[in-house]
Amino acid sequence: MSIYREISHNGLWKQNAILAQLLGLCPLLAVSSTMVNAVSLGLATILVMGLSNFAVSLLRGFIPYEIRIPVFILIIAALVTIVDLLFNAFLHDLYLVLGIFIPLIVTNCIVLARVEAFAAKNGAGLAAFDGVMMGIGFVWVIGLLGAIREFIGQGTLLSGIDMIFPGMQAIQVLPESYPGFLIAILPPGAFLVLGLMIAGRNWLEYRANERAKARLLAQQQAAGA
Amino acid sequence: MHDAAPTSATSSANVPPPAGGALRVSARTALILLAFTLVFTGLMASIYTLTSPQIEATMLEAKRRLIGEVLPAAAYDNDLLADAIELPPSPELGLDEPTRLYRARKDGQPAALVFEAAAPDGYSGHIGLMLAVQADGRLAAVRVTSHRETPGLGDYIDPKKDKNKASPWIAQFAGRNFSDTPREKWKVKKDGGAFDQHVGATISARAVTKATGRALDWALEHADALYALPAGARHEESTK
Repeated sequence: MSIYREISHNGLWKQNAILAQLLGLCPLLAVSSTMVNAVSLGLATILVMGLSNFAVSLLRGFIPYEIRIPVFILIIAALVTIVDLLFNAFLHDLYLVLGIFIPLIVTNCIVLARVEAFAAKNGAGLAAFDGVMMGIGFVWVIGLLGAIREFIGQGTLLSGIDMIFPGMQAIQVLPESYPGFLIAILPPGAFLVLGLMIAGRNWLEYRANERAKARLLAQQQAAGA
Repeated sequence: MHDAAPTSATSSANVPPPAGGALRVSARTALILLAFTLVFTGLMASIYTLTSPQIEATMLEAKRRLIGEVLPAAAYDNDLLADAIELPPSPELGLDEPTRLYRARKDGQPAALVFEAAAPDGYSGHIGLMLAVQADGRLAAVRVTSHRETPGLGDYIDPKKDKNKASPWIAQFAGRNFSDTPREKWKVKKDGGAFDQHVGATISARAVTKATGRALDWALEHADALYALPAGARHEESTK
């Protein structure tokens, strides 16, 4: 398996920030009440992760081991501030919605985790690729979570899309008369849906493992016979 | 975790500190940290400088759009954003921070006051409001600028979240004054007043209704003084 394929597989599935490592749950639970919010914060996170992995990897020769954590935090915080300013300048409506959660990307431990575990030991290209892949792993999970919560909670998808693309409309999936299911939008709904998603991933992994074992056993038997 | 990728370049990780006194090593480390701090502070400062005109323009545009929602542009012909006065924190408006009040004029005559207010008693915290009160004592319109009401339940006070797009809840305040809706009727229907509320989410509606009534009261009481102040001046409550 090539190194890029392995990094992608790790980021998207095997070491998925949320489903496997359960990192970065604070923004995940707070922002995933609608799909648009969730995906927007996810995209900002991809940007920060790619940039910070790239920057740390480039600068890793200059960072003494003893002070690496403060320097990493400094780099991440500076990049998040820059992303925050850019959002404020060019995507103001979304900036108002995401509010405190963009600065909070600094505290998303997945960013620091990848910088420490990967970028500090690998070349800049690989590191940026790893950051982006981990970020995509974050965005698909948070996007799916947002979509499920929004669908169950309000019966719509993509509500608030006009904040990013003016003129576009939310998709009303269930009839207008759908009364809504409040708990899906409130924080407990995030925990419940996320729990089910993790269970689903574990089940798929379990099934794959069982199949691999059965295949191995069959091979051994075939070889023995 | 990623043992497949070998450490290629010279990482200082796991290398023992260079020879020399502990003092020299700490001084070197401190200098490196200082250098990083300076470089990244400089980077942030330059991005800030680059984006700040755009951010200012965006905020101004957002303000103009918000004012446009409570007061149509045709209602005035002065430079609204320039014809502003400072308001000190005011308990009557529910504000604990200074804000600005804009005076709309047409042909030099007072047309409307545009200002912010807040309802302190929303279901979850403050509800920020923007109002326009016409010189004839009518409330032109009111809009919610910020709130944390429950999504899907109490957030219909914000017309963007209101499912009834044709006549959102908040539109019922437009054009009202104290002659067609007496002061004591300025409540939600559940409390015996004149304004609708949604079943199951009365608190949000009650908070907005009460705050709107108080703000209208305040604007009528101070209207003459507010229109008379020179632009940029600070309004002090004269009688207490």
